[in-house]
Amino acid sequence: MSATVALNTGSTRRNVLSRIRSLPLFQQHAICITAVAVVALGCFPAEGLIGYRVTALVLLMAVSILAMLFRIGPVMVAAALSALAWNFFFIPPTFTFHIGSTEDLLLFLMYFVVASVNAVLSLKIRQVERKARDKEQKERTIELYNTLLNSLSHELRTPISTIVGAVDALQDRETRLTGEQRTDLLSAIDEAGMRLDRQVGNLLNMGRLESGMLEPKADWCDIHELIGGVVSKLGSVSDHAIILKADPSLPLFKLDGGLLEQVVHNMVHNAVQYTPAGSEVVIGASHADGSCVITIADNGPGFPEEERVRAFNKFHRLPNTRSGGTGLGLSIVKGFVGAQGGSVELGANQPHGALFTVRIPAETSFLSNLKHE
Amino acid sequence: MNKAEVLVIDDEAQIQKLLRIALESADLNVRQAESGRDGVLMAANHPPDLILLDIGLPDMSGQEVLKELRGWYTKAIIILSVQASEADIVTALDNGATDYITKPFRTGELLARIRSAIRRNNVEQERSIIVCGDLEIDLAARTVKRDGALVKLTATEFNLLALFVRNEGRVLTHRHLLREVWGVGYQQETQYLRVFVRSLRKKIETDPERPRHITTESGVGYRFS
Repeated sequence: MSATVALNTGSTRRNVLSRIRSLPLFQQHAICITAVAVVALGCFPAEGLIGYRVTALVLLMAVSILAMLFRIGPVMVAAALSALAWNFFFIPPTFTFHIGSTEDLLLFLMYFVVASVNAVLSLKIRQVERKARDKEQKERTIELYNTLLNSLSHELRTPISTIVGAVDALQDRETRLTGEQRTDLLSAIDEAGMRLDRQVGNLLNMGRLESGMLEPKADWCDIHELIGGVVSKLGSVSDHAIILKADPSLPLFKLDGGLLEQVVHNMVHNAVQYTPAGSEVVIGASHADGSCVITIADNGPGFPEEERVRAFNKFHRLPNTRSGGTGLGLSIVKGFVGAQGGSVELGANQPHGALFTVRIPAETSFLSNLKHE
Repeated sequence: MNKAEVLVIDDEAQIQKLLRIALESADLNVRQAESGRDGVLMAANHPPDLILLDIGLPDMSGQEVLKELRGWYTKAIIILSVQASEADIVTALDNGATDYITKPFRTGELLARIRSAIRRNNVEQERSIIVCGDLEIDLAARTVKRDGALVKLTATEFNLLALFVRNEGRVLTHRHLLREVWGVGYQQETQYLRVFVRSLRKKIETDPERPRHITTESGVGYRFS
């Protein structure tokens, strides 16, 4: 928990900094110049108290702070400006650029060098930081890519091996297969084909999401009809009780029915895949706070609390789960829901099991308005 | 009776091989074209009873082949497409395709679609009383009976049902249904369609949540059977 908080503040600080650095250059210049002017002006009445040499340190501090925040150009301008301001307003004789003593001249030159070194060093540190960040990112990408390759080669090769192996067995004239064995091999080929088709579908959907080309097309949807379609498709191929408990007075929602269907399909498929045969999957649909709310609850083992956030990550799979998934299904759910401005949450069902809640903000239309045509 | 003839226009050798075996074993004559250009020529030389057209052809887009064929060919054209391209399917249906099937398809389902489409070629039925499972629809008297009992429908509900019944077994796009029942200005008003399909299902289906007569073809339209 504390690690997450630290990580979050770290990233917010980075965000603020990168926002400041991405300001237009003239604005950065203006801020730097103003800051130097304000500090110099503040020191001016106090000069009698602190002396012009301490004033130099105050100005130097101001330039150092600016160096942490802004780009090198504006910071160099601030360094030069502050040196000149110090010379003009503070070094005796004041209100001239003339410097009286050799000691002060040396101080002035050193001031300028220190301020510049300050600016350059901050720049270097930043460059090193960025390089480290890039490297970290690259490593993460490579790791993700490896996970993808591992999971894909396994997920695609398993059904392919099944098909090739079963066909070999069927073609081999030497072996004598019973009718039952032949039927088993044929249905194994069939199942493998469907599995390949599903994985390709997942990859295509992931591709649509990753490419950023996904544009939801909202149209009027009857949620009963949409969920009913998913239920009859999955209900016929699973040993689970899939139950639809939708509010009968549900309005029509204006949303992308194709995407929502995929979302519901993936969540129900996930529930069916990872709960024991005979488990119950209850799909609920309601209308709350201007959103279409769909819940999917099962009475399987559920998700450990620490896994709930990660469950939607790409290629993430629960430890010790059976094989037969790429870890793409739920990340597609999150992506498709997010593309429509909605949210998806994973919680616990009572007494045990997983509870998914999808909320998609959508315009509604009540049937009664049209009843009398 | 002569064997019905199917022209398959598809550039995939494997699919061609599979289709030839499946169709011939179902007692259909098969002719094959590997490009849209060849397909159009073969259809013109000797019009088949049905054309099975792959929408993703290399030389011309399947949609263009379809438009060209529809210039003169009036019998059934079934589109072969891949999943997740509902927009292409809807365009093809609006361009005059009779039906569609997505890859990977079940041979049994494909044959059922082909038979049903060929049957509709031959019988330009305008029977007035149509029986479909537990439903009996009298188009002239505008009455519907379910298991012998009269079902009360509103005028719009009946118009919608009549349109479905006249196109039994065939997929109808949302646009098509809206245009035929409500009129040309209503082609985008899908909420009318959703509402009336829902109320119609409540009246004619045994289990409206799992409809048997009016089935949803997701992203495309509805099919009555």
